[in-house]
Amino acid sequence: MIIAFLLPALVLYALFVLYPIFQSARYSLFDWNGLEPLTKFVGLDNFREAFRADQFQGAFKHNVILVVLSLVLQIPFALALAVLLDQKLRGRAVLRTMFFAPYILSEVVTGVVWRQILRPNGLLDQSLGSAGGSGLVHAWLGDPDVVLFSLFFVISWKYFGFHMVLLLAGLQQIPRELGEAAAIDGATPWQRFRYITLPLLGPTMRVSIFLSVIGALQLFDLVWVTTKGGPINASATMATYLYDQFRRGQFGYASSVSVIIFSLSLVVALLYQRFALRRDLQGAGVGA
Amino acid sequence: MLDTAPIRALPTARSARVRRRAVRTLLYVGALAVLAVVIIPLLFAILGGFRTTSQLVKDPVGLPHPWVGTNYREILSSGSFWRQVWNSSLIAMLTTAVVLPAASLAAFVLARYGFKGREAIYTLFTLGLLFPVAVAILPLFIVLRQTGLLSNPLGVALPQAAFALPLSIVIMRPFFRAVPKELQDAAAIDGCGAFRFYWSIMLPLSRPVLSTIAVLTIVSSWNAFLLPLLVLTDPDTVTLPIGVNNISSQYSTDTARVLAYTTLSMVPALLFYAVGERQIVSGLTAGAVKE
Repeated sequence: MIIAFLLPALVLYALFVLYPIFQSARYSLFDWNGLEPLTKFVGLDNFREAFRADQFQGAFKHNVILVVLSLVLQIPFALALAVLLDQKLRGRAVLRTMFFAPYILSEVVTGVVWRQILRPNGLLDQSLGSAGGSGLVHAWLGDPDVVLFSLFFVISWKYFGFHMVLLLAGLQQIPRELGEAAAIDGATPWQRFRYITLPLLGPTMRVSIFLSVIGALQLFDLVWVTTKGGPINASATMATYLYDQFRRGQFGYASSVSVIIFSLSLVVALLYQRFALRRDLQGAGVGA
Repeated sequence: MLDTAPIRALPTARSARVRRRAVRTLLYVGALAVLAVVIIPLLFAILGGFRTTSQLVKDPVGLPHPWVGTNYREILSSGSFWRQVWNSSLIAMLTTAVVLPAASLAAFVLARYGFKGREAIYTLFTLGLLFPVAVAILPLFIVLRQTGLLSNPLGVALPQAAFALPLSIVIMRPFFRAVPKELQDAAAIDGCGAFRFYWSIMLPLSRPVLSTIAVLTIVSSWNAFLLPLLVLTDPDTVTLPIGVNNISSQYSTDTARVLAYTTLSMVPALLFYAVGERQIVSGLTAGAVKE
């Protein structure tokens, strides 16, 4: 009886998720162009090649930079806005709706529109020019030294609303009385934020950080539409590198890259789960 | 941050009020600045569609003068745009129609019955939260080629449904768990079998969580890029995001047309958001906040 209930989900999951991932792991051990029979077994050579390849190392570095930027800039920014919208502010419902809107748009729409804004002599350059800041005009997506940061801005534009809403939901679960009691005892707003809000927001923060890290490690759509990883791979991520190799028919090699991305995500998830869960349990023991 | 200085002396009531007002104004200015950054790209796209490309090159700021309606008119009267709207809708509906029954049936037994290997199966599903489609895209492509599902809406819908299972099951299980055991016992005494209980009692009680999953699935299907890009090789079968991507490289010099096309492709998503904001926001954050 139980099997009958599980069967549709299991079949679907096995056929379109588990089997392809198993196959990826298998292909990664072969030198294979996707057409000929799978005969040239090369062991771990593909992995060795990937770890040695400058392009993959570069892509990995870009992923790490994006992870760090998200944690240092995007999440604090989202938190600041969440705190702001947690106040009794007129129009905050409208603000919340608008801030979340970019998250609903597809990566393709986001990428295409921003590409037009950031292109040479586009909206941004012309606005800067007419505001007297023509010295700031830049090849936002064309300069290898700048493109990753432009891309990070676009990523933040699309995703900050999601983190903001998440953190706002967390903030609203914190009992107001705590802050009010502290205020009566003379705590400044900063002290209340630092010693009451932030610790109690811990679990939500950890979820937000986790999603942000995993998302940045697996980033593909937005990068592909906006820059295709260019110019000269300056904005390539591991996933765009994987797709590039796939398009060149390097099926075996590309599979090893996908195994690397997945393993990395898994390791991050397991470490984080262990670390974060233990923290949460300790918090529960000390508090409440 | 706001008001971080330690209080040195108790301010008089009046200066405190002035200060509060100043802080408040500052907060509003900050919020409005962010609002501008969010809205300007959207306005730029919408208004850009009402210009000609040469107007756009000369002056992308401000209102179009004169307003040009040809871009929008041409796209709306072209068959390919509407076909893409239909393809996107069809694939979103198919995906949802597969996810809802498959995930709810599985989540139902995973929530309400004790059996050997239950937690192992549940863990297997949760692991899927870590697989982006990109990681499995290559073998997936081969599977779809072998089963003849390339350029077929099902070739996108079935894998999408499969990849949506983990999150759906993770969100549904606690919800199904919360239904009191007594209800099931009473139903069993009245001779109500497991499927009957699932169908006539569990599902009607779970309408909120079902609509959350449906909304979530529709949004991610509507926006999906990589899978349809690879699977839908026949131009007649492509979805809106692929259409936008194609137009933007095909007419890369006709910026105004690209912006008009992009704007029109945003409209259904934004309308859907306007109608279902609550569901969307709670759906997208539910999985995360509840862990």
